[in-house]
Amino acid sequence: MNPAIELVDLRKNFGPTEIIRGVSLTIPLGERHAMIGPNGAGKSTLFNLISGRLTPTAGGIRFKGEDITGHKPYEINRRGLSRSFQVTNIFPRLSVWENIRCAVLWSLGYRYSFWHGINALADVRQRTEQILEEIHLADRRRIQAGVLTYAEQRALEIGITIAGGAEIILLDEPTAGMSHAETEDAVALIRKISAGRTLMMIEHDMGVVFDLADRISVLVYGQIIACDEPAKIKADPAVQQAYLGTAVAA
Amino acid sequence: MTDTAKIGARTAQPADWLGMARRYGAWLLLAAAFAVLPKIFASGTAHTMMSLMGIMIVFALSYNMLLGETGLLSFGHAVYYGLGGFLAVHAMNTLAHDALPVPVFLIPLVGGFSGLVFGIVFGSVSTRRGGTAFAMISLGLGELVASSSLILRSFFGGEEGFSTNRTKLFRVFDLSFGPQLQVYYLIAAWCLISMIAMYALTRTPFGRMCNAVRDNPERAQFVGYNPYTVRFIAFCLAGLFAGIAGGLAAINFELVNASVVGAGQSGTVLLAAYIGGIGNFIGPVIGAVLVTYLQVMLSDVTEIWQLYFGLLFIGMVMFAPGGIAGLIFMHEPLWHAGAYRVLFGRLIPAYLLALLPGLTALLGLILVIEMTFRLMVKASEGTGMSFFGVPLDAAAPVPWIAAAVLLVGGFYLFRRTWPLIADAWQAAHGEVQQARRRAA
Repeated sequence: MNPAIELVDLRKNFGPTEIIRGVSLTIPLGERHAMIGPNGAGKSTLFNLISGRLTPTAGGIRFKGEDITGHKPYEINRRGLSRSFQVTNIFPRLSVWENIRCAVLWSLGYRYSFWHGINALADVRQRTEQILEEIHLADRRRIQAGVLTYAEQRALEIGITIAGGAEIILLDEPTAGMSHAETEDAVALIRKISAGRTLMMIEHDMGVVFDLADRISVLVYGQIIACDEPAKIKADPAVQQAYLGTAVAA
Repeated sequence: MTDTAKIGARTAQPADWLGMARRYGAWLLLAAAFAVLPKIFASGTAHTMMSLMGIMIVFALSYNMLLGETGLLSFGHAVYYGLGGFLAVHAMNTLAHDALPVPVFLIPLVGGFSGLVFGIVFGSVSTRRGGTAFAMISLGLGELVASSSLILRSFFGGEEGFSTNRTKLFRVFDLSFGPQLQVYYLIAAWCLISMIAMYALTRTPFGRMCNAVRDNPERAQFVGYNPYTVRFIAFCLAGLFAGIAGGLAAINFELVNASVVGAGQSGTVLLAAYIGGIGNFIGPVIGAVLVTYLQVMLSDVTEIWQLYFGLLFIGMVMFAPGGIAGLIFMHEPLWHAGAYRVLFGRLIPAYLLALLPGLTALLGLILVIEMTFRLMVKASEGTGMSFFGVPLDAAAPVPWIAAAVLLVGGFYLFRRTWPLIADAWQAAHGEVQQARRRAA
């Protein structure tokens, strides 16, 4: 079976600055994969390359064996890869309900239809309802997304990401800026929604990473210096020196 | 059928009726209003004015498909209105000349089709980018068409344009469409159809994705949608309805010239949509009615009506960016929360109290503007003038003192009423909160 994602010697330059310097990585279907690394290592850039937000300078990206290098974000999304953003990226003037519903439409085949009455679409309503229940925002459905609390917006962000039923989900720092209690809720949510899917996440909270991930990659200066199971990553001296420092050792 | 199913079917029926009434009731009421209005306002002037309003409603709503729904600020929407009008006139002349059996009430389809085709052509280049890039390209395309209208004389007819005669077309039911009243009903019917169609469009997957692209085009890409395609379809459909409005205008005026594709016409529709309110479907309708009324009435009363028009626009942008509809729907939460006592008992009386000195100040301002205009521009015709029927001399000190008293005194008292309104709102918010807590 083809792996979910294959990165082959992926490179990205911004002018003369090399941000991603030859990343090769294979993520099998169904894996929960965490990406860690110091600030500026290129984690978000790597996500932007995989999801089509940026075009790589060199190298290739394969999605279930098919080459998607340089494809547009919407083409990649339609193939079944969905992502969330580090900075909350929702539809601020639409209601919570509309946010999720917009994210459901394409996957249910309604595309650019201007001949279906949207409120009469039972499948759209059910799926939206189900997602809202999953992210615990069902009783906030009428509220404009822009006025939700930060943690609620983060939950909505994840809701939009999973609404289309993507097989592969990329989460960029889903718990950033959350309180301890909120983080616990978020981890439970991520665990639930990633069941039966392939998950790739960037995360700074080591508790979350070691709790959730099947494997961890460590990205430093645009290169992966280690990729292994959590226990082995924790024990790797190169990783400790480059990133984890004394915090984990202690 | 089992008993429970029977009961279900029986109880479902009244609910269905209620649902139907709620769904279509507003449209039926509107249709009835359109039918009855010319009986209430029975003068020829009123029929002409209402015809213009109907055309403007379609045009302004088509504009709001771009600005309000999809977030596309166009400075050249008159292109599709105007080209729809030109092709409608050419079609009418050809049909009349060849005596083809096409009645005049189908002519708006010609306009709509033309608007759609030009929307496809120009939209394919201009909708690739949103925001400023789109606005600039729309301005450029508007200028392009406006300038070619003076060059391509065989199509645009130069400065005098083309005229036509709507009564020369094929007649059905012996309708000549000569009298303005018949034209009114033709416009009202097309206006109703277009309104329903444009409203229905907002309630489709495409319509919702227009809003999503307006809010966040990047995020739309990551839920599978190409923002360019969404904008492009919105642009083409807006062109279609603008073209229908243009076709109606061609029938109404029996004349088109270069001015219908120009920047002035594009500006008018922007103002109408914005003053009415772009955040609400009903907004551009209100704006179209008001702007048409002002255009017709103000231009009779004063030569500098465009100045007042501009002041109104600036005032709306600064103090009520949601437009008139925004001001009205600001009170919707109060209505829903059942806070009628505070709404009718405090808020509306406070508004009325503020209105009196507010209008007084406005009167003073208008007097200053009119006397200045008289002295600066029309002094050669003498300084005597009439203000709301009151004869006065713009060069004498008394009217100026009166104007100053009205303006300053009115504004002072107006300012004093603001805390009253603020207090009323405070109380209203309290009631809404209480209602929410009760509901929760």
